[in-house]
Amino acid sequence: MVTNAASFGRSGVHDFIMLRASAVILASYAVFLVVFAAVSSPLTYDVWHGLFTALPMKVFTLLALIALLIHAWIGVWQVLTDYVKNVSLRGVLQFVFVVTAFAYLAAGILIVWGV
Amino acid sequence: MKLDIAVYRYNPDVDTKPYMQDYSLEIADGSDLMVLDVLLKLKEQDPSLAFRRSCREGVCGSDGMNMNGKNGLACITHVSSFNGKKLEIRPLPGMPVVRDLVVDLTQFYKQYEKIKPYLINDGKQPVREHLQSPEERAHLDGLYECIMCACCSTACPSFWWNPDKFVGPSGLLHAYRFLIDSRDTATEERLADLDDAYSVFRCHGIMNCVDVCPKGLNPTKAIGHIKSMLLNRAV
Repeated sequence: MVTNAASFGRSGVHDFIMLRASAVILASYAVFLVVFAAVSSPLTYDVWHGLFTALPMKVFTLLALIALLIHAWIGVWQVLTDYVKNVSLRGVLQFVFVVTAFAYLAAGILIVWGV
Repeated sequence: MKLDIAVYRYNPDVDTKPYMQDYSLEIADGSDLMVLDVLLKLKEQDPSLAFRRSCREGVCGSDGMNMNGKNGLACITHVSSFNGKKLEIRPLPGMPVVRDLVVDLTQFYKQYEKIKPYLINDGKQPVREHLQSPEERAHLDGLYECIMCACCSTACPSFWWNPDKFVGPSGLLHAYRFLIDSRDTATEERLADLDDAYSVFRCHGIMNCVDVCPKGLNPTKAIGHIKSMLLNRAV
């Protein structure tokens, strides 16, 4: 068995499940937004504001942001472990990407719950 | 008919870097040589050209190489399949080159060794042999035929980037062959050995292995079965 500590999951299976579960949430969110934009004509500020004022949409958006964090963490770790062989550089890059993903999550929470 | 060929050449004792050497060969009209036949004719012209070959009928897996961008066995690849285009022959990609078309497959064999490619049975040993029903035996079809030519693993980017951690399509095909064998009792140990982020899960299912396998096998399908077994074991 090959060990790893920098990925999100506790094992390969855990990563595999988390990647797919987060992908389902992200895909659902993306499809929902596209469909909403398509059927809400005209798409005014009030309509858009009304959508994000509703609690279910806030929760859905928060779920999508968390899913994005998990998906990006695992995906970036996989790409970095493929292409960046220098361990120090890989560690720094992984740190930068994960911190950035957390920053996006924090910013997203503040924006969504500020509506 | 004149056939233009370019062959990857590298002799680490003499060359500072690899290069492509152009050759030209007159072959009889209507004849359909295999790439191995072409290489053997070239070796008559230039005895310094190095490549592996043995059975010359697609059984031993010695002459795996990259022909016009696709891995395959030189002995069963028709020159006519390239439709008269210039033939470019390179060693299997991603592996250290020993000389010319000969690559060092140590890492490939280490991964094969890692999956314990032998039956493990800690049950009562039968007097003569472990019997299988025809149905149980049928599970091994499409798995046992692998000749370990390394065409699949060396066509796999995941194996290129992590040959020390990702078992690779060939090794995983063999791993599933033992996981599904009714006579093997070490399923749990085998799965535990594979349950990490690299050994199996570095396969992203791009199916290069299926595309190049000279025996028409489907390692991606076997890897999918292993992933299912690992999932069933974990959830």
